[in-house]
Amino acid sequence: MTASVIESHGISKRYERGARASSGLLRDTLARTLRSPWTIFQRQKPDTFWALNDVSLQVGEGEVLGLIGRNGSGKTTLLKILSRITRPTSGSAEIHGRVGSLLEVGTGFHPELTGRENAYLSGAILGMSRHEINRKFDEIVAFAELDKFIDTPVKHYSSGMFVRLAFAVAAHLEPEILLVDEVLAVGDIKFQRKCLGKMGDVARAGRTIILVSHQLNQIRRLCQRVVWLDGGRVRETGPTAEVIGAYEREMSSPDSAVEKGPLGGKAHFLKWWILDREGKPKHMFADDGELRLQFLLKVNQPVYELYHDIELYDQNRQLLWGNAIGNVTLQPGVYLCNHTLPHLPLRPGSYTWRATLWDGGENVADYDCVPEMQVATVPMGHPMDEKAGILNIPSECAILPQSAADLSR
Amino acid sequence: MASVTSNPAATGPLANRPPGALTLRIEPPRTWFELRLRELWKYRELLFFLVWRDVKVRYKQTAIGIGWVIVQPLLTMLVATLFFGRLAKLPSQGLPYSVFCFAALVPWTYFSAALVAATNVVVENQRVITKVYFPRLILPVSAALSGLVDFGIGFVVLLIFTFAHGIRPSWTLALLPLFLLLAVFTVLGVGLWLSALNALYRDVKYLTPFLVQFWTLASPVYYSSSMVPERYRWLYGLNPMAGVIDGFRWALTGTGQAPAATLLASSLIVSCVLFGGLIFFNYMEGSIADRV
Repeated sequence: MTASVIESHGISKRYERGARASSGLLRDTLARTLRSPWTIFQRQKPDTFWALNDVSLQVGEGEVLGLIGRNGSGKTTLLKILSRITRPTSGSAEIHGRVGSLLEVGTGFHPELTGRENAYLSGAILGMSRHEINRKFDEIVAFAELDKFIDTPVKHYSSGMFVRLAFAVAAHLEPEILLVDEVLAVGDIKFQRKCLGKMGDVARAGRTIILVSHQLNQIRRLCQRVVWLDGGRVRETGPTAEVIGAYEREMSSPDSAVEKGPLGGKAHFLKWWILDREGKPKHMFADDGELRLQFLLKVNQPVYELYHDIELYDQNRQLLWGNAIGNVTLQPGVYLCNHTLPHLPLRPGSYTWRATLWDGGENVADYDCVPEMQVATVPMGHPMDEKAGILNIPSECAILPQSAADLSR
Repeated sequence: MASVTSNPAATGPLANRPPGALTLRIEPPRTWFELRLRELWKYRELLFFLVWRDVKVRYKQTAIGIGWVIVQPLLTMLVATLFFGRLAKLPSQGLPYSVFCFAALVPWTYFSAALVAATNVVVENQRVITKVYFPRLILPVSAALSGLVDFGIGFVVLLIFTFAHGIRPSWTLALLPLFLLLAVFTVLGVGLWLSALNALYRDVKYLTPFLVQFWTLASPVYYSSSMVPERYRWLYGLNPMAGVIDGFRWALTGTGQAPAATLLASSLIVSCVLFGGLIFFNYMEGSIADRV
């Protein structure tokens, strides 16, 4: 085995959830301090969770390592720690070599600046020197296929052009170690192939890569070894085929969910599942037919103003749809919440459901439903991914000649 | 804080690397203060690009571009001359009130604009912060520096204006960069606090314009600091911008006395604020990506 270039020892990362984690208001903090001055000395017990828990791994020189796992399993957090964007709460890592991270395509792009200016800016932000960008500039423009538009402000670019330029800059980053998060899922199929080819070149050139992707086929094509993260821990690590196989088996079987919020509070969720039109539990859907989403709910104390929300997210954690039923009074006991959706016109991909419970204004329970719901429908929109949007709706379009009589009608 | 060391003699199984290879150690935050100036120097090209971006975008977005930089202090000076100079007849150290006021407005405009920019710089760059690593200290530094381009333009206009009023600069002009430096350090010192606080508390950005407003009144922009009683002068000097403006005016016109006492107090307080700001920013730096 070659020497390892990345070695992490028991990396853990704790995040605070709720009001203190996101930026609050100085006004509130001051008011609280004035009202009861002692609170400033009391360590409030923050609501915390471990995004990563004791993760140790070694990556050999020239190895291409895949990182898989559900949404929220800690993949991105691990990449962020290895690329020094955030610090671990405990544990340490040693990295030997220049690290480049690609967590997003187009980092640092400014719409007012031209393609040329953005290439330099983004290159500098990603860690290239001006000299290096000068040297590779023609290559970048050629790769992005936009020589004519390179001096046009980026705000006039189509999203395809934008992504091509952004990726072209990123692809010419030549660190010894490259950390990549999901960025290959950009552009049209042709450009995606080109990017994959470029990644393959990079890997063959002996550089070390850690790649995060939901697209298991990409992982299969590029990686020799895979680490499967589950709930912030390393679940399995080994040859690509083995680990992906185990992961896929688990993803297709129904599972429990991640409960956030105090168990044994006023109410909490026990279980959830999705039923298809025949009433069979399922997590993989190949059509947009009827489905039923059911939650088993345990009420511990009487609630008088219960609101139950459900939300549907895509893999970028973008909210696609939400609904709520409200103002229900429930006595202690076990209840089944049933949501029937006659159609769910989604494009292929993985989606997450989330359910919450509120009593009055108080958040009683948060429920992140795992595993993700896999949708494997036939895409019906625009053939270019970035123009297809998020809905998968069948449509017909015709162009008809109009006579003067039609127009005057 | 994660220490970054260039460690040529890595030990253990990794010892067979070429000497000089970069080794990065990633660790939880440990020390409460760690100034990584060498790293800042390593990232100087990025600093240059951030300043360049700020300047470029600013001139592209404003319709009249560079003109705005000149018009803004010029108009303020005209209005101030009318009301404070002609009507209120404020003393102006023997200078024409317009020169007296304009000489203060140029550094003051730099200060107020750069302070607002520095407050927002961390939050405005949150996308970059959460996607790429670089020493975060670069951000407030870039905000403090990019305002200098506007300042340069304003300063040229000020020189012409002063000259047109028949005031010939003396040897004291050579000391002017010193006062400018003090202004930059004031922006940086206060900006470090505000930018880190702004990442923590969303309402800080609404506070900064207020702060700037109060600060204008507490600085000798429209009135002479000689109106402040002698025995309170040191207290007045605790406002570092008092030292900057008095010094700037003195260096430019050569009239009046060197504001030695004020300047000493100003430098002292700026050093403290800057040092504290560095500690606070460093302390926050580790968690800034998790908070914004």
